[in-house]
Amino acid sequence: MPGWRTSFAITSLIAALGVLTFAATFASAHSTSTKAGTLNIMGFGKGDDVAESRAAIATAAVGGNVNRPSGSFNDQTFLAAVASGNVPDLVYLDRQKVGTYAAKGAFLPLTSCIKSQKINMKQYRQAAVNEVTYKNQVYGIPEFYDVRTILIDNDVLDATHTPIGWLNPAKPAQLLAAAKKMVKIENGKVTRIGFDPKMPEFFPLWAKAYGVDILSKDGLHAHLNDPRAVKALAYTMSLINAQGGWDRFKSFRDTWDFFGSANQVAKDQVGAWPMEQWYYNVLAGSSPKVHITALQFRNLKGQPINYETGSAWAIPKGAHNTAAACTWMKTMTSTSTWLAAAKNRAALRKASNQPYTGISTGNSVADQAIYKQTYTSINKYFDEAVKKVLDVQRFSFGIPASPASAEFKAAWNDAVTRVLAGQQTPKQALDQAQKEAQNAINAAK
Amino acid sequence: MANVATTVPGPLARARHWGAGFRSRDTWAAFAFLSPWLFGFVVFTAGPMIASLVLSFTDYSIIQTTHGVGFANYTTLYHDPQVRTALRNTFVFTLLAVPAHVIIALALASVLARVGRAAGFFRTVFYLPVMTPGVAIGILYLLIFNGSYGVLNTGLGYIGITGPFWTTDPNWVKPGLVLMISVWSVGASVVIFLAALVGVPRHLYEAASMDGAPAWRRFKDVTLPMISPAIFFVVIINTISGLQTFDQVYTAFFNQSTPYGTNASLMYAIYIFQEAFTFFKFGYASALAWLLFGIIGVITAIQIVVSRRFVYYEGNSRG
Repeated sequence: MPGWRTSFAITSLIAALGVLTFAATFASAHSTSTKAGTLNIMGFGKGDDVAESRAAIATAAVGGNVNRPSGSFNDQTFLAAVASGNVPDLVYLDRQKVGTYAAKGAFLPLTSCIKSQKINMKQYRQAAVNEVTYKNQVYGIPEFYDVRTILIDNDVLDATHTPIGWLNPAKPAQLLAAAKKMVKIENGKVTRIGFDPKMPEFFPLWAKAYGVDILSKDGLHAHLNDPRAVKALAYTMSLINAQGGWDRFKSFRDTWDFFGSANQVAKDQVGAWPMEQWYYNVLAGSSPKVHITALQFRNLKGQPINYETGSAWAIPKGAHNTAAACTWMKTMTSTSTWLAAAKNRAALRKASNQPYTGISTGNSVADQAIYKQTYTSINKYFDEAVKKVLDVQRFSFGIPASPASAEFKAAWNDAVTRVLAGQQTPKQALDQAQKEAQNAINAAK
Repeated sequence: MANVATTVPGPLARARHWGAGFRSRDTWAAFAFLSPWLFGFVVFTAGPMIASLVLSFTDYSIIQTTHGVGFANYTTLYHDPQVRTALRNTFVFTLLAVPAHVIIALALASVLARVGRAAGFFRTVFYLPVMTPGVAIGILYLLIFNGSYGVLNTGLGYIGITGPFWTTDPNWVKPGLVLMISVWSVGASVVIFLAALVGVPRHLYEAASMDGAPAWRRFKDVTLPMISPAIFFVVIINTISGLQTFDQVYTAFFNQSTPYGTNASLMYAIYIFQEAFTFFKFGYASALAWLLFGIIGVITAIQIVVSRRFVYYEGNSRG
């Protein structure tokens, strides 16, 4: 056989093998993903003890055969799955994304699921249900429920002789004075932040405190340049400017050991700031001896308010195993499942001699049961904080479902960062954001 | 001159010559060896490119019905202020990053070329950062370039310089990114330059020295021309890479946990990603991607034309 023919034959064989391998891999992946009777879940890979103990109960409820690839929900992965026709049966994602997918027809309304499985929607917190309701139809079942309180480092308060009553957003002048009193700037560097307004992340909370919902209840009208929102942003900027300005402020904040034992509370690097409830759990584990106080965030009228966010379950259009998906959602978020997971966590923490601060869920009935049946005292500081977290839940609001939630969030987030960076005034930034957000909503609805 | 003109084959003759090549067994063997790559190129590169060109004339969003929109996406991008911002940032970044990268890499390679036995060790040391994922570089950037507590400003402080707030001041964000990204990835180019430097014939330096050329003249008139193909390669690759900058900047400024990106840090590839995977405007993102492809094509073509004047290839009659 002449040399050229040999080489041609070998190379052709390699190419053919490559094609066959590719085809076999594709066929294998395709057949796995559409295996009958399997519940394919996207966004809920192997998690912590709370996730896994509930998943075990839900797996039993759907009769086994649950496929949960690792990793959290990712728009790219989901869209690739939709494009290839391998739609998962169930997705676990941020509640704020549900409205957009619902408006685009990518998720199924859960009306028949709720009816057939007799899911009691009243057990879920209303603000969370609102987040997953688009045009009066429910598209998701709420799961976790993040709430925000003001976390105070008592040691900083004591050292600076700052009255705790000043840490109240209802009294902006006093809060500003408290921030100035607690901040420490040495040699041009911030070495302690007095009060961190947590911008841009908590802009919706500040706008609400000043009296405006940045998005209408139907999710179709942005109120970003409402004078009250502009005032809220200007005030938070004044807080930051009074503490060294954004450059110094953020440079220092970026150095915090947020999840470690040398965290900003343990090292007295911050006086107070609004924060999600899960951070009490972090503190209880990493530095249980810190002296903290939790305060409700209040609006200008002095009423408590809480900006809530969290996760949800939803069924994509084109899902094959909707019955099992519905069973899974119901089981995962039921009171008995949450309670079992909480008891398991409490036992695990006790066994490892670690404090347990409870679980904050989207199910108000479950929360009451969890606190009553599983919570045991840690110390007076954490006990009071946990009580405050439970108490603030009834004052919750969320961002309503919107057909352009991603664009809406990008619009206000970018506006706040432009103000923080000194590129625009609050009014200029929010005027631009209003235009961008409303155009996006109009195009998507 | 007339004689020269008659020796150049016409297009027909060239086509005939090209076609004759297919009668040769070697040509078929070459294509057989190339076939796996050709298959991969068609399926994974050319195919998706053609698909994206088609999509750029639609409102494709994957999850909704697709409609043809003609040139609407291209008209939109022409009027989109964010496109201008992102392009300006990307051009400024590339214009600063490529020369900085080439100069630093060449300087390091020149030093390494003089190192004797330990050259291999240093080559490895300089190359190691190249293996760092872009995401890690983005996080490191925030730590090293922290305005108050970063290593860089602390170092500058020792010599009496007050460093800027690299990560928060819009005027300093791009210079900071240039320093971080171009210096961090310099190892690959150092290896290329080192290979080129070692290949420069010694007798050329000896001849220049005998003619009394000082070190700078030897570098300018011997080294640079002889390693110009390597410089050209590094410039082309880094220009393309600069225009496509994404992961480091995205991690530092546009990640969910670092939502502090401003107009100063918005790179064009990030804007494409946001339009596609955050806002689901795949048709528009495809048009944006084709604009970038066109820009890279034009810039590369200009660089190739300009290189004919400056790049010296041994054995090439044009040289």
